[in-house]
Formats: sequence, C-alpha cells, structure tokens
Amino acid sequence: MLSVIGAVVGRDLRLALRRQADIAAAVFFFIIVVSLFPLGVGPEPDQLRRLAPGVLWVAALLATMLSLPRLFADDHRDGTLEQLALAPHPLGLIVIGKVVAHWLVAGLPLVLLAPVLGIQFDLAHDALVVLTLSLLIGTPALSGIGAIGAALTLGLRGGGVLLSLLVLPLYIPVLIFGAGAVDATVSGLGPQAHLSLLGALTLGGVFFAPWPTAAALRVALE
Amino acid sequence: MLEALNLECVRGDRRLFADLSFRLAGGEMLYLQGANGSGKTSLLRMLCALTPVASGEIRWCGQPISRLGDEFRSVLCYLGHQNAIKDELTPLENLLTAARLAQEPLSEDAALAALERVGLQGRVDLACRYLSQGQKRRAALARLVYERRALWVLDEPYVALDKAAVDLVAGLIGAHLQRGGLAVLTTHQAVTVAAGAVREVWLGGLAASSAGAARASC
Repeated sequence: MLSVIGAVVGRDLRLALRRQADIAAAVFFFIIVVSLFPLGVGPEPDQLRRLAPGVLWVAALLATMLSLPRLFADDHRDGTLEQLALAPHPLGLIVIGKVVAHWLVAGLPLVLLAPVLGIQFDLAHDALVVLTLSLLIGTPALSGIGAIGAALTLGLRGGGVLLSLLVLPLYIPVLIFGAGAVDATVSGLGPQAHLSLLGALTLGGVFFAPWPTAAALRVALE
Repeated sequence: MLEALNLECVRGDRRLFADLSFRLAGGEMLYLQGANGSGKTSLLRMLCALTPVASGEIRWCGQPISRLGDEFRSVLCYLGHQNAIKDELTPLENLLTAARLAQEPLSEDAALAALERVGLQGRVDLACRYLSQGQKRRAALARLVYERRALWVLDEPYVALDKAAVDLVAGLIGAHLQRGGLAVLTTHQAVTVAAGAVREVWLGGLAASSAGAARASC
C-alpha cells in the first residue's frame, strides 16, 4: 500500500521538477499577492497586523487553486490516467499519492515562505510561528479537498472557473480556522483549539476526500 | 477464458451495437473490425471495465469482471489510443515508472533490452517530447516485450508505426498467443499474426460472426 503511494509521489515529484515553471508561477503569485496588500492599504502597523492572517490565508487558497486544474488534466490527456485506473490496486491510494505530491509541490513552498512574508505585516514572533504552523497543518486539506473539484471538472471546457466555484466554498472552514488560529494567538487566547480543528480537516482532506475523488475520476474516464 | 454475453453499447442516444457475444480461449486472438464510429474502442474499454456495459455481461474464467476487480486488472494489459507516455520523462524512465505503478518487478536491464528490441537504442536518455510520433508509439509498445499478463487489449497498435515495427509488434503478439495468452485488438491494417487462432467480430450492421467457440480452460 505504501509502495503504491510512494511510487505515485516519486513520479509526480520527478515530473514537477522537470516543469519547474509551474511551481514558480504559483509561488510568485503568492509572494506578489501578499506583498501588494501593504502597498495598497498603507503602512499602518496596527491595521497590517490585523489584516495579516486573512491576507496570507486567502493568498494561499488562491495560489493552491492555480495549480489544481493540472492535477489530473495532464495524466488524462496523455492516457496515463487510464493506466493508473487499470492498475491492480484501489484508485483512491493513487489519488492519495497525487494529493501528497501536490502538497509537496504547491503547499509546502507557501508554508516555508509565510514567515518571511509575515514580517511585511509586522507580525510578532509568536504570531509568525502560529501562522506558519497553521499553514503547515491546513494546506494539505486544500490539496485533498481541491482534488475532488479537479476530478469533477476533468475534461470540461472552461473547467478552471467551475473548479474555483466548486472548491473555494469548501475551503471556507480551513480559512476560518487557519486565520482564526493567528487571531486567537494575537488576542491571547491560544491557538490550540483552532489548530486541532485544522488538523481534523486535513486528516479528512487527505484520507477521506481521495475516495470520492477516485469515484469522480472513474466517471470522467467512462 | 474471456466471455462476452449479449453486450450492448449505447453512446448518447445512439445504440452502437447490441446482442454481441463471443468467447475467447487461451492462445486465441480476437480481431475487431468495423467502420469508424462503430464502437470498437467502446467495446475495448468495456472489456477493461473502464466503461460500464449498457446491458450484458463480460466474464473472465467464468466470473463477471465487475466482481473480480483488482484480480482482473492484474491479468489485463491495455494499450489505448493515447500512448500513456510522459513527455517530460525519457523512454527508460517511462517504462520503469509504469512498471512501479503497476507493482511489477522490472529491472533496468530488462527495460533497456525492451527499448532496444523496439528500435529505440540511442534514444533511451532523451526526453520523450523530442521523439517522433512513431517513436513514442514504439516506446509505449516496448511494454509488450516483457509483458506476461494473460489478456492483452490493444487499440490500434499499428498506428504511426513503420513496416518493420508493425512486423515486430505482430511477432510480439504471436509470441504472446503461443504462450497461451489472449489478445483483443482493433486495426484497419491487414496484418497477419503468425501464431494462434484468429476470431473476427464485425461491428456495425453486420452480426457478430464468431462461430465455434472453443472450450475455455481456466
């Protein structure tokens, strides 16, 4: 079971490394969107500090959305997805592998950049730590939930817009608890409750969402 | 071993074929013929359980394939219209990753030997996007050199290949039939496969003509 997931992750990472422009596009999008806010709303530290968690989380959602349409589309176009569906193990395991690979390529860079970008918003040290932690715990859920939308819109013309409409509402809980964790830290309440809920969402996103995703892929292949 | 009972295929509101039955035993090849759009690819995808049948049943060793699931998929080798070749990877990496995803043991030497057999020596370290259409097809077909699964389902395997490669692939299918394997394929080219009994099924208008079903041996 783990060897199947490992094989898929290995393959997708190798493909991503051969196509670095895709990773760079999402990362630079994240950096630019986050950096535009201090320029737009003015350099008042109090205001920026209050905006920071929401801005970073919304930018992370949008950056993840950028790379989602290609999650299955390339495999679908060149026939690899058929071969994956015909492999003698559950398609859900393969989807888990693809979700993990997507997070490593699209989610992890955002987590690593967040503390640097947070400095622009004059966040305190403990808030920066919680922000990074909340992204680390929460972004895998974005990949997992997004995979359902990517599978449902596979092969549709103009699927990208539909994908956003389908997936962004499902991201709302992740956004609320992710940004809420930082707010709770700033106001002195402690982030544990928010982080635990984020963890639950991620477990659901990575281990339960792949099965409906697999069902949607089988329908797309018919 | 492979049995189809009263298959029906409906695409949109059109019925492509109905009441199609055939039976295929080890060492036999089924040659699907029919005009464009007569449902050949649909039938092949039904045999792989990628497309559900509208009515009827497909059985492998007496069991419906929908119930066999993974067990059936582990004896099936399907090559579709698309090559399932990743443009970013080299032919060698393509073969090795495909084998790893299918959980099949494939050594690098065996993969290299297969690529050499299909005439890709000197190209094994070149990303597939630099290969011609025919060379990509060859890279996809290299799998047939070492593939030992019992049922081969091949959708137009000879497309884009030159004469020598067509003969090579026909030889590989012949060897597979001699080992007691089964093959189902579509093609518009008249290619004779040396070994094995050949059955033919015509789709579209004409009734299926696969008289004299052989005994299955499972």
